[in-house]
Amino acid sequence: MKFRHALILIIALAWPFEPASAQLTVQILKGMAESVPIAIVPLAWDGTGAAPHDVAATVQADLERSGRFRPLPRAQLVEQPHAASEVDTADWRMLKVDYVLVGKLSPLPDGRFEVRYELVSVANGERLLGTAVPVDPKALKRASHRVSDAVYEKILGVRGAFATRIAYVAVDGPVSKRSYRLVVSDADGDNERIVFGSPDPIMSPAWSPDGRSIAYVSFHSGLAAIYVQTLSTGAQVQVSARAGINGAPSYSPDGSQLALALSRRDGNVDVYVLTLATQDLKRITEDPAIDTEPSWAPDGRSLYFTSDRAGGPQVYNVGVEPGARPRRITFDGSYNARPRVSPDGRQLVVVTQDRGAFRIGAVDIQRGGLQVLSGGQLDESPSFAPNGADILYTSRVGGRDTLAIVSSDGRIQQQIAAGSGELREAAWSPFLN
Amino acid sequence: MRLLPVLLIVCATLALAGCPKKPTTVPETSGSTATEGSGANTGQGEGQIGQGRDLPGASGSINGGPAGAATIIYFDFDRSDIRPEYASLINTHAKFLAGSSSIKIRVEGHTDERGSREYNIALAERRAQAVRQALMLQGAGDAQLTTVSYGEERPAVAGSDESAYEKNRRVELVYGR
Repeated sequence: MKFRHALILIIALAWPFEPASAQLTVQILKGMAESVPIAIVPLAWDGTGAAPHDVAATVQADLERSGRFRPLPRAQLVEQPHAASEVDTADWRMLKVDYVLVGKLSPLPDGRFEVRYELVSVANGERLLGTAVPVDPKALKRASHRVSDAVYEKILGVRGAFATRIAYVAVDGPVSKRSYRLVVSDADGDNERIVFGSPDPIMSPAWSPDGRSIAYVSFHSGLAAIYVQTLSTGAQVQVSARAGINGAPSYSPDGSQLALALSRRDGNVDVYVLTLATQDLKRITEDPAIDTEPSWAPDGRSLYFTSDRAGGPQVYNVGVEPGARPRRITFDGSYNARPRVSPDGRQLVVVTQDRGAFRIGAVDIQRGGLQVLSGGQLDESPSFAPNGADILYTSRVGGRDTLAIVSSDGRIQQQIAAGSGELREAAWSPFLN
Repeated sequence: MRLLPVLLIVCATLALAGCPKKPTTVPETSGSTATEGSGANTGQGEGQIGQGRDLPGASGSINGGPAGAATIIYFDFDRSDIRPEYASLINTHAKFLAGSSSIKIRVEGHTDERGSREYNIALAERRAQAVRQALMLQGAGDAQLTTVSYGEERPAVAGSDESAYEKNRRVELVYGR
């Protein structure tokens, strides 16, 4: 089976998620023509009884879901080698696969397991990867995602982002009686955990750069306030509850500061920077127009933000040093808002109005110009994967907000389906250690 | 039942004159305040008028505000200027507030669902501020008014068409908050 460009394929994943977390499933809507054919051989299991985790199944699901690989279905594996030395490249060449991943899972005397894996190039028989990792029993799935990360990086030259997490807002109930939950899950939707729940709106989750905390807006006090919650302990700290809007938190790259939007008493929405340790507040913009949705440049020296100072909303950049003058970045179209910067600092993703619809657009910061990446009617809240290869966003499908992913070149599209309710405002975590 | 509207109108009239504390034969309807639909609260039709109760400084009102006055102001797309048709409504609320400094209201701004969420929070804040300023210009005290912006987070009605959007682009005046 071949992915063809522009051919729409829907592949429901065959791997059942664990019962406690059966909320999200990811489907590929559009794959790449030149996706890489690869064989993922089930790992040999050295212990007694059933293997504690099917490492190869997780790797196969990860690579397939990325849209960049075309793993051979397991039923078509004609042989099952478990070490690079056992791989007969001539056989695999007949099956038209470019790479073979083999390995072994073994129990260790201390109760942990060893995940051993090797990646072989079919073209020349070269062993590209050979690694053995000791893993706690509970971490086997995460370790499997790390195998996916390593394979992705070796073959595509870009670090994989499978062993990462996403945060999003889940909304249930009718308009008159809604409930909101801030949820964190693995990047594949598994392992969901509720961070915070409220009958009042929750908005704008943002990861700290160390991946340990999430800043967000909640109205549970009756007014908007910004909170920081530590994921490991659940401890919630209110960091801004000033008069008016407290919104759009964004962590500085070193994690010491939050950029945010405040309206204070006079209602003039401007961008500020709050130093978390001292509560020192610095005003960055001062304009009667709306200035909001700040997002840090990766070097920490400037902020991109939305402003309607020229009429409609457009994206601007401003240095964080005193007296810096904002510079307009977007010029295409009448509506460009909520910028997020790619990890390499070269690209912006925005919400752009495109022939009456709201879609995700990508802007080349140096050269200008805007490319529309998504095709929905009400797409919003784009968030870069930490490797910059994919963008997670919210799309309205059948009257419900749901999550979707598009590659940063627009060629691969995935949709994340929820069991019930609405999902929105997903934020992709940084790389996690 | 045909007597009911008449009774209520009479009651409201008396209430404005500062009389009975106890409205009689009020129907037990839910949706007792004028927070839905067109915002018009004309006293016609049983569904629109709820239970009166004793309130500080005034009586006979159904939402804590001036009797018979709507509590929702609607806006045009991406605009925060108050349409001329709402001038007298704003004036009614402002005078009511000016009449008793102990009355407090919450001015809640909303947008429709289009566009980005935090930008909509800012837009709804601007709408709430426009109403707050207008109320203050006509005599309401700063300390009586709190604004909160919900952006697109709390639509009045569900739906992704213009008829839903126009009901969601609004400022609600909530008494007693």
